[in-house]
Amino acid sequence: MSHHARVNPIACEAHGMCAELLPERIALDEWGYPIVDGTPLEARLVEHAIRAARACPTFALLVERDRAPTPPRARRGERRR
Amino acid sequence: MSVNSTLTEPLSPTGQRTPAALPRLLVGVPPHGALSLQEHTAIHGPLPATGGRGGRRTRERAALLVDEIERSGLLGHGGAAFPTATKMRAVAGARRRSIVVVNAAEGEPASSKDRTLLQTLPHLVLDGAILAAEAVGADEVIVCVCESAEEAVENVARAIEERARASERSPSLHLKTVAGHYVAGQESALVNYLNGGPAKPTFTPPMPFAQGVRRRPTLINNVETLAHVALIARHGAAWFRQLGTPSQPGSALVTLSGPLVHPGVYEIEHGASLSSLIQAAGGATARTHGALLGGYAGSWVAGELLNGVALSNEHLAAHGACLGAGVVLLLSEHACPVTETARVARWLAGQSTRQCGPCVHGLDALATKVEEIASGIAQANVGQRIERLSSLTARRGACRHPDGAVNLILSALETFEGEFAEHARHGPCDRCALPPELPMPRWPVSQETARGKLAAR
Amino acid sequence: MSAQLATAGPSAYWYLTRSTGAVALLLLTIAIVLGVVDVKRWSTARWPRFVIDSLHRNVALLALVFLLLHILTSVLDSFASISIVDAFVPFVGSYRPFWLGLGAVAFDLIVAVILTSVLRARMGFGTWRAVHWLTYASWPIALVHGLGTGSDASSNWLLALSVVCMVAVLAAVLTRAIAGWRENVAVRSAALGGAGAFSLFLTLWLPSGPLGSEWARRSGTPAALLPHSHTSTKSSESRK
Repeated sequence: MSHHARVNPIACEAHGMCAELLPERIALDEWGYPIVDGTPLEARLVEHAIRAARACPTFALLVERDRAPTPPRARRGERRR
Repeated sequence: MSVNSTLTEPLSPTGQRTPAALPRLLVGVPPHGALSLQEHTAIHGPLPATGGRGGRRTRERAALLVDEIERSGLLGHGGAAFPTATKMRAVAGARRRSIVVVNAAEGEPASSKDRTLLQTLPHLVLDGAILAAEAVGADEVIVCVCESAEEAVENVARAIEERARASERSPSLHLKTVAGHYVAGQESALVNYLNGGPAKPTFTPPMPFAQGVRRRPTLINNVETLAHVALIARHGAAWFRQLGTPSQPGSALVTLSGPLVHPGVYEIEHGASLSSLIQAAGGATARTHGALLGGYAGSWVAGELLNGVALSNEHLAAHGACLGAGVVLLLSEHACPVTETARVARWLAGQSTRQCGPCVHGLDALATKVEEIASGIAQANVGQRIERLSSLTARRGACRHPDGAVNLILSALETFEGEFAEHARHGPCDRCALPPELPMPRWPVSQETARGKLAAR
Repeated sequence: MSAQLATAGPSAYWYLTRSTGAVALLLLTIAIVLGVVDVKRWSTARWPRFVIDSLHRNVALLALVFLLLHILTSVLDSFASISIVDAFVPFVGSYRPFWLGLGAVAFDLIVAVILTSVLRARMGFGTWRAVHWLTYASWPIALVHGLGTGSDASSNWLLALSVVCMVAVLAAVLTRAIAGWRENVAVRSAALGGAGAFSLFLTLWLPSGPLGSEWARRSGTPAALLPHSHTSTKSSESRK
């Protein structure tokens, strides 16, 4: 059972605290928004990830367990109608 | 838009099998107005029974229908080509009572197949919607139509009334109009709208099939997909597969536009050649730079390659393209592909619902870069800059709008490499000042909600 | 308690209530300034974003602690009969009811702000922010409460502190309202208008109010507690 970090891009307002508190997985792009690496978190990082999620003023950062299976994504940038 | 109006023999009232050839959806399509319920039934026969209201019998028959859909290999016609049976099973499998949403928001400017289908053959769509509702145990169907498609709205409303007068069959049918901006038809945006919010995408999960309109499992299908369901229920999976390719069976509607004698909505079988379609449309009236396939999230295929193109996703993948929402848009040689791309990129940036930073900033920056190339003022490293911006923009929003825009821009840069290089070096060409060929409607991203919007029955 | 005359000069509680009140005002000022620094996303290598944000939250909590001490000591102080109810319910007290009541109003607002922040996960962002902006209302009310209720409003240190805090908060509000001007012009204009109106009010009110003659009587100090019935070691107080 693994955890991974994920950002809700709608809630995110580029406060930038997550990248300071979890630099192992989160970097900021040139506009201040987080680029989140979704690879599984090592055990020692989970606590830091949770702290980063709590620090987010808009609760945009999520620390999730293994994701429930969802239908395969649409191809090549198509929108689902 | 004109509609391919080749007629075949109407079906006998006993429901004789239609010849496997085309047209299938567009059988009996009237040149004006819509087919009435009576006319529709005369052509296609009555609505096949999945069996009245609930009970084991109904669930068994409903499951049989989903099995049949699965055997037919029907894929969604809204752009994502997602297996319809899989979606139905996901919704049917939920314990709670579900809802069916018929998606005719059609926010793609170059597509008019959905509104045309609803405008002329509303009963075929309603058949499919009712069958789908029974298949997933839904008691309610909401038909969502783009508010600018006034005639379609009218005709669907009338069709719904006809059904109410004529029959007994649940589920209840409702009609809602939705504003026409580009992303309004995205699934979570539509659900958001029907739940009383603006037509803007929401963060998923939960996905609509699990928790959608009024927190109920929601089956969202494109209008055309449901029209196919209505025919598969009558004629079976084997019949459906008699046309098309093994991986993409059946027929499809495409909106063909550009320099043609008869642009319009056509029904093709998957895998048909693009040249045969152009021929059916009376041929091109000018030479073309290329064709845009799939819409504004799609890809370009260069003019010289068009003759070898077959219209199925499997074949188009080799050209880095796909059919998407059935959009085939030819760009005449009179237009400037660089300027057209710059304009569409800017339009797409304007269609962002502005909820996600990377989309807002990335699409704006990308549009600026393309505009700079078009005006000849781009810096030497603009190619690298565009690459960097593309990787920062795609896949970082809540929906696929930024992904699609990035796809379009990169595809244009690749397909029209020569023209872009020319503009970068020498600035605007003499075709840059011509009026745009690619459609860019003035659609402000609306804040409206569904409350109080038109609802019939 | 209320019938007792103060004969021996101000008690320790009186000093404590004044000092904790002043410190609370200072801390609230710092919290507002830090709040604006936070939302403007300012940071350096030594002062990363999460530190500024934590500091903002913790200074606010510390201000609450000092506010509670301020309330407790004012209730315990026997000079003026202030009951615990007066801390929450405004304008029902007997000692300078209006000016004291403003303190209750400010306190109620601050409690609402802090509660919603603690329970932030349970509400929408819009709701949380709407309540949070009540801090901009609570601060001027707290300042006026301090100047109107305290019996040493004319003392230099308190005036100096008030001026410094006022300047800091004005600067914070101006920064917040002006940057990014084009968007939300209505809200920003209201903020600037409010700040201007409040500044004007202070300039007009101070000289004729707390710094004017007989403020103690005019502000509603019960007659029994007025200076002529109370021995004081501070000469300035006999002027009130």
